[in-house]
Amino acid sequence: MKNKIYETMDAAVADIPDGVTILSPGFSGVGVPRNLIAALNRQGAKGLTGVSNNAGTVDENVDIGTLVEAGQMKKMICAFTASTHPSQVTPFTRMYNNDEIEAELVPQGTLAERLRCAAAGIGGFYTPTSVGTELAEGKEHREFNGRTHVLELPLPGDYGLIRCWKADTAGNLVFRLTQRNFNPLMAMAATVTIVEVEEEIVEAGQLDPDLIHVAGIYVDRMVHIPEDGIWV
Amino acid sequence: MAEKVKLERQAMCDRLAMEFQDGWIVNLGVGMPTLCSNYTDSSREIINHAENGVVGYGPLAKEGEEDRHLVNAGGQKVTPLPGMACVHHADSFMMIRGGMIDVTVMGSYEVAENGDFANWRIPSRKGGGIGGAMDLAAGAKRVFIAMEHTTRDGGHKLLKKCTLPITAPGVVKMLVTDLGLFEITLEGFMLVENAPGWSPEEIQEQTEAKLVISPDLKEFRFRS
Repeated sequence: MKNKIYETMDAAVADIPDGVTILSPGFSGVGVPRNLIAALNRQGAKGLTGVSNNAGTVDENVDIGTLVEAGQMKKMICAFTASTHPSQVTPFTRMYNNDEIEAELVPQGTLAERLRCAAAGIGGFYTPTSVGTELAEGKEHREFNGRTHVLELPLPGDYGLIRCWKADTAGNLVFRLTQRNFNPLMAMAATVTIVEVEEEIVEAGQLDPDLIHVAGIYVDRMVHIPEDGIWV
Repeated sequence: MAEKVKLERQAMCDRLAMEFQDGWIVNLGVGMPTLCSNYTDSSREIINHAENGVVGYGPLAKEGEEDRHLVNAGGQKVTPLPGMACVHHADSFMMIRGGMIDVTVMGSYEVAENGDFANWRIPSRKGGGIGGAMDLAAGAKRVFIAMEHTTRDGGHKLLKKCTLPITAPGVVKMLVTDLGLFEITLEGFMLVENAPGWSPEEIQEQTEAKLVISPDLKEFRFRS
C-alpha cells in the first residue's frame, strides 16, 4: 500500500506552486484545515485562487483569510464577498474594496453542487437558484417542467486542504457532526487531496467500510495533528 | 385604544413560529430568525435544518456543554437530539432545493408587494453576502420574513418594488414586522394583525406599498 502519511504539515504542502486553485472547506469555524493553511502561509505560495464558503472572518484563528491578509490569494470564489454585518471588516473586505483581490460570488448551494459536479465528472447542471436575480445575468437559461433554471459549471481544484476526525492508512476518512460540511466535496473535487487528521491515523481495516465518508482513493497525503497543533 | 407599542423581536419571531405545523422541517436564518427557536409548543414536533448539513438538532448548548464539532448555520453551538443526522453540504442543499424544507425564516432589507425580497447586497458596499439565501428562497416550500417595518432613518422597507438587488422573485408568503403581521396576497401586502395601539391608517403611513386590510383584522397575538 502506498504510504500517504507525512510527518509534518509543512512537508505535506511543500510542493504547492504559485497560481493554483486551493479548495478550503469549513463552516463557522468547524472543519477548517487550520494547520495546513498555517503551513501554506509559512510556505509562501502566491497568486492562488481560493474556493471557500467565506473569505475569512474577523476572529484571530488561522483560516483562508490568513492567506488573503498575507497577499497570497489572487482571487476568492465564495458565498460571501461582504460580511453579513457592515461592522465586520475583514482583511478581505479591505483588500476587495481597494481592488487588491478579485472575487466571484456564488450561492452556497450552487458552490457545493459545482464542487460535487467537478468530482462527479458532470459537465454542468441547471438550478433554479438565482433565477431572476443579477447573479443569473449572462448565464444560459432553460425551462424544465415549467420552471426556469440557469446553467452552472463544475468547480474543480488543484489542491484540497481537508480536516477530518478519523482516517486509516488507506486514506479513508470519517468526519464528526457538522465538521463534514464542504470537506468530502472538496476532498473529491481536488486533484491533490491533503488531509489533517484529528485522531491518530489507524491501520487499514480498522475503520468500518460501511461508515466511511470519503473513500481513500481520493486522498493523497495525511498528517496527524500534533499535540501543539491548532485544535479549535 | 391600547398604548402604542412596537413589537419586540422575540414577539415577532414567536408569532411566525406559531404558524409552524407539527412535523415541519424548518430552516432559520442567521440573526433575528433564530429567535423562532425560543418558541416551543409541546403539542408539535419541529425538525430544525441548518445549511451546514445538520437536521434534527436541539436547543443552544449551555456553557460547558458545547461540542466543538456541532454548530448551527449561525455558528452557535447547539445540542444533539435523538434522531439527528449530519450530511455534507451538497446533500444539505439537496434537501433545500429538493423541497424538503417546509419553511425558511430570513431577515431582509426590503420586501415588495409581489413577494420579491432583497437581503444580500447593498450597492453602496462592494460585494454581497448570499450564503444559502438564494437556494433557500428558490427551494423552500414557504419563505417567511422577519424584519423591522422601517429603516433606522424611517425609510420604507415594505415597497411596491424592491430598490435593492433581489434574492428571489415572488416567494415571500408571510412577513412580520414590529408593527404587525402581513400576508402577501395577489393584491399585495395584507395586514392581518396589528401591533397593540396601532391603527391600520397609522401602519399605512409607515408603508410605501398600499396595504390591504384583512376583513378579519385582529390585534397581534403574543405567546400565551
